[in-house]
Amino acid sequence: MAEVKSNKELFNVSVSPHIRSKESVSKIMWTVNICLAPAALFGAYYFGLNAILILVAGVVSAVFFEWAVQKIRKKPVTVKDGSAFLTGLLLAMCLPPTLPWWMTIVGSFIAIVIAKHAMGGLGSNIFNPAHIGRAALMVSWPVAMTTWSKMTTAADVVSSATPLNVLKMQGHEALIDTFGNASNMYQALFLGTRNGCIGETCTVLLVLGGLFLIYKKYINWQVPVVMIGTVGILTWIFGGLVDPAGSLGFFAGDPLFHIMAGGLIIGAFFMATDMVTIPMTIKGQIIFAAGAGVMTVMIRLLGGYPEGVCYSILLMNCLTPLIDRFCQPKKFGARG
Amino acid sequence: MNSLWSEFKKGIIAENPIFVLALSLCPALAVTSSATTSLTMGLSVMFVITMNNCVVSLIRNVVNPKVRVPVYITSIATIVTVVQLALQAYAPALYDALGIYLALIVVFAIILARAESFASKHTLIPSFFDGLGMGVGFCVALVIIGVLRELFGAGSIFGVKLLGDWYNAPLIMILPAGGFMLIGYLIGGWKMLVQHMEKKEAERSEA
Repeated sequence: MAEVKSNKELFNVSVSPHIRSKESVSKIMWTVNICLAPAALFGAYYFGLNAILILVAGVVSAVFFEWAVQKIRKKPVTVKDGSAFLTGLLLAMCLPPTLPWWMTIVGSFIAIVIAKHAMGGLGSNIFNPAHIGRAALMVSWPVAMTTWSKMTTAADVVSSATPLNVLKMQGHEALIDTFGNASNMYQALFLGTRNGCIGETCTVLLVLGGLFLIYKKYINWQVPVVMIGTVGILTWIFGGLVDPAGSLGFFAGDPLFHIMAGGLIIGAFFMATDMVTIPMTIKGQIIFAAGAGVMTVMIRLLGGYPEGVCYSILLMNCLTPLIDRFCQPKKFGARG
Repeated sequence: MNSLWSEFKKGIIAENPIFVLALSLCPALAVTSSATTSLTMGLSVMFVITMNNCVVSLIRNVVNPKVRVPVYITSIATIVTVVQLALQAYAPALYDALGIYLALIVVFAIILARAESFASKHTLIPSFFDGLGMGVGFCVALVIIGVLRELFGAGSIFGVKLLGDWYNAPLIMILPAGGFMLIGYLIGGWKMLVQHMEKKEAERSEA
C-alpha cells in the first residue's frame, strides 16, 4: 500500500488534444457582449427610460429562462457562459424603444425556451434565437412592434416613422426633408441619432464592436462585408425603381442610406455571424451572407415590411444545412 | 364487453389521432383558432368516422379489394354531405366559420385510415366502437388545442370573455405559427402522459 501513496510522482496520461486553445464558449460570448455593449448603452441613453427597461427585462428574463429550463431538464446550468445574456441583449436591441417592457419577456421566453432549448440547447438550435423572439413578437403584437417614437430636444416623445418607413411610404425626397439635408441625414444615421430599434441605430459603435470581433477572429470578415456589400450594390442598382414618388430609373438608389438604416449593421456583424446557425465553411458563409443580403433588399424594396434583415437571416438559417452539404471541404489529398 | 371498451379507449389516449398517430393535422391547425369551431369540427368528424366505420364494416365482404378506396371515399363523401347540409340548415354561422374544411373531411387521413386498417377487417360492433373512440379522441384533441389557442390568443373560451381588458392578446396564438408550436408541445406532453400511464399499468400487472 505504501508505494502508491503519493500520486504526484506518477505521470499524468491523457488522450489528445494536449495543447488547448484558451478560447472557450464563455470567453467568446462575453467578448461579443462587451462589443455590443457600447451600442446598447448609446440606445439606452438616446431613447431613455423605457429602452433601459426593455434592455434589463430582455437580459434578466433570458438568463432566468435559461436557468429554469436547465434546472427542469436536469442539465448542467450554464447561465454564466453568457450565451443567454447575449440572446437577451440582442433581442432587446432589436426592439422598438416604446414597446411595453413585459413583451420583451415574452420574446425572451420564445427565444430561449422554444427556439433554443426545444431544439436541444446551445449549439443545436437551427434558427438565431434572438431573431425568432423578435419575429414572434412582430407577429403577436404588430402594432406595438411598429410604433416608433422620436426623441426631440425638448425631451418629449413624438410618434413618428423610421427612416426606412418614410422611404417606403413617401420616397427619397421626403426622407431627406425629414432630416433637413442629405449630409444631416448621413450624419444622423452614422451617429445613431435617428429613429429605430434600441440597439441598431448607432452605426459607428456597432462597426467598431464588429471590427474588434474580426480582429479577435471570432467572426469572419467575409460575412458582414458580403452581406452589406450585396445590400449596397443591389439597392444602388434597383433602389430608385420603386420610389413611391415616381421611378428614378436604374442606378439611382441610395446605397449609403440603405446600409446604415434599419438593422443591417447589427444584423450583418452580430446576427449573421452567429456560430451556431450559419454554415461551417467560409465558402458556405459567403453564400449565406449574399443570400441574406439579396433577401433583405427584396423585402425592403418589394415586400410589405419596410425592414427585412430579421426575416432574411431567419430564412437563410433554414438553408444552412443545405449550404453546408454543398460546401463540404475537399478531403486532404483527394482528387478533383 | 371488455374488448369493446378497450377498442373505444385506445383512440382517446394511447392512439390519439392527433397527438399520437399525427394524422389529420391540417384541421388541427386550420379550424382550432376558437374553441367553438374546434368542437364543431370534432363532433362532425366523430359522426363521420363512426358512421363510415359502420358502413365499411357492413360492406367489407361485398367490395372488391381493387376498388375499395373509391368505395370508401364515396361512402365518406355521402356522410360528409349529410353533416354539411345539417350544419348549413341549423347552424349557418358555424358552417361559414368552418368554410372549406367541412368539405375537406372527405379526405381526412384519419377517416380513411380507420376504414382501411380496422373497419374493413372487423365486424360491425367493434368497428362502431373503434370509430367512436377515434372520433372522441380527435374531438378531445381539437378542443384542447382550440381552448388553449382561444384563451391565449383572444382571452376567451367558447366566446365567453375570461380575461379582462388588461390582457393584450398575442396574435401569434391565432395564427398558424402559434398553432404549430402549441401542437408540438402538446404532443410532447401527451407522450409524457402515455408513458406515465404505461408505467402505472406495468406496476399494476406486476403487483
